Amino acid sequence: MTVYVENTNSWRFQLHGALVILKKNIVLYYLKPPVLIFGVLFPVFFFLAFKMGRPISPENIVPGMVAMAVWFTASAVGPLVTPWERRAKTYERLIATPVSLQAMIAGDILSGLLFGACLSIIPVILGLILTDVVITSLLPLIGGVILGAISFSSLGVLLAAPPASSPSNIMLLSNLVRLPLLFVSGIFLPISEMPIWARWVSPFSPLSYAGDLIAIGFGRRGYFPLWLSPLMLIVFTAVLIWGSYKFHRKWRSKGL
Amino acid sequence: MVNEHNAIEVKGLSKTFNGTVAVNVISFNVAKGELFGFLGPNGAGKTTTVRMLTGVLKPSDGTATIQGHDICSEALQSRAHIAVVPEEANVYLDMSVWQNIMLMADLYGVPRKQRTSKAVELLESLWLSDRREHKARTLSKGLRQRLMLCAALVSEPEILFLDEPTSGLDVQSRQIIHKIIRQLSDEGLTIFLTTHNMEEAEKLCSRVAIINEGEIAAIDTPDRLRSAIQARQYVEVVFSDNKLSTQELESLSGVSSVDLSSNAIRVYTETPGKTATEIAFLAKTRDMDVEQLCTRKPSLQEVFLYFTNQDKKEAKQ
Repeated sequence: MTVYVENTNSWRFQLHGALVILKKNIVLYYLKPPVLIFGVLFPVFFFLAFKMGRPISPENIVPGMVAMAVWFTASAVGPLVTPWERRAKTYERLIATPVSLQAMIAGDILSGLLFGACLSIIPVILGLILTDVVITSLLPLIGGVILGAISFSSLGVLLAAPPASSPSNIMLLSNLVRLPLLFVSGIFLPISEMPIWARWVSPFSPLSYAGDLIAIGFGRRGYFPLWLSPLMLIVFTAVLIWGSYKFHRKWRSKGL
Repeated sequence: MVNEHNAIEVKGLSKTFNGTVAVNVISFNVAKGELFGFLGPNGAGKTTTVRMLTGVLKPSDGTATIQGHDICSEALQSRAHIAVVPEEANVYLDMSVWQNIMLMADLYGVPRKQRTSKAVELLESLWLSDRREHKARTLSKGLRQRLMLCAALVSEPEILFLDEPTSGLDVQSRQIIHKIIRQLSDEGLTIFLTTHNMEEAEKLCSRVAIINEGEIAAIDTPDRLRSAIQARQYVEVVFSDNKLSTQELESLSGVSSVDLSSNAIRVYTETPGKTATEIAFLAKTRDMDVEQLCTRKPSLQEVFLYFTNQDKKEAKQ
């Protein structure tokens, strides 16, 4: 009998554990119907439904499409993984391994981040080919996509914490949170042109800051100061990760 | 103080769910290399105990150590020494047999070279080599359970928790799993086996604990547990034409009770040899033919029923 890792508390072992979780999630969940429907098809049809018949300029369409793609894709993986594993009874075996809860959460967040960041490339390329928009500032664009994807993915993992008997219940909960925020975050309309009440609410959505950074990347004037958006996305991410850990720890054994 | 000869030490472990006591202050030790059986009826607290020891559930009270590591304060270290085969085979159905095994090896940090050779060896010994690339979804329950065992053993744990490993399996799968369990035990692996199958416990375990309503009712070797209930030894007798009454049989010395419910009469006694002689003598005097006469020790199932029923009676009182 061999114990391969004596120090399971080491950050190297736990980082390895998080990457193994990421690999597992890629293999098992990226192509699951709920992820594809709520993460990929949903934003496409949503955007088309909103855009059709409205004179929206490409400077607004392309950043909005990119921000919405990141929003939906990055936050789609988290709400599926834990409920799915609870139902399949694989979650119990995972939590009996020497991989910590923090590493498991990190693995799930990385899964959403990677999914969101990779799929956001599609609307960027389509926008560059099909419209006359150009990337004027690469750093805010990349920052908006990456920081946004981490933040949205963390939100998805937080939403997966309640012990639901069916993954569809969590998907429903996640849409209850994701859809309203979409309308107050300046995706379809710049925040400066939104009604007063929406302008008051928009700072409470991480999507507002990610969308603003992405829009700056495409040459639009930002609503928030450039320094504020990355900072707020980091703050949102920290709070969401902390919340994810607290609630996953509280409910990890419930309903097994 | 942790005894280095013990793989598992449990002291006053309890678990309460919303005021309902599932496990009530249990204490026991499992020695290194021991095949320890944990017997109990459904809902007795077996799975809750395993879940606490494997880090899935947090105990409400008490402590336990796994290879000297506290299950609460050193949870990750304690989990590095164990592997679990839960009651329901919970493999990843959309992964292949090979991917399932590799995933578990990866989670335990088994180096690539070792994990490949170990997995090949395990697939062969569990007769799964030809299913290596099959999706787990396509496997029968028995094959999935064998896959679970492979996935658990690939990390070469020091302690293996088996929660009802053969429940609902076909005879072939059960035999293969029994053979593997024996082999692993011979190699020195500590095995914690929960079951409600007495035959399985009797065949495999060197020591058993009987848990009932969250409490340990008895704990010892199967032989000692049997002899602990001397009164449950009995003489089984079949007459061609029974002319003896219950009262007559009960009046024999050492007899505690008589069971006439079947063709074979069971006479429970603390002195089976003496009672058998007396029954034979009695039959001769009454001109009765004895078709069968034998003395029997209680089976583990009877020991189990004795202890679990006894507890219920005491609880009612």
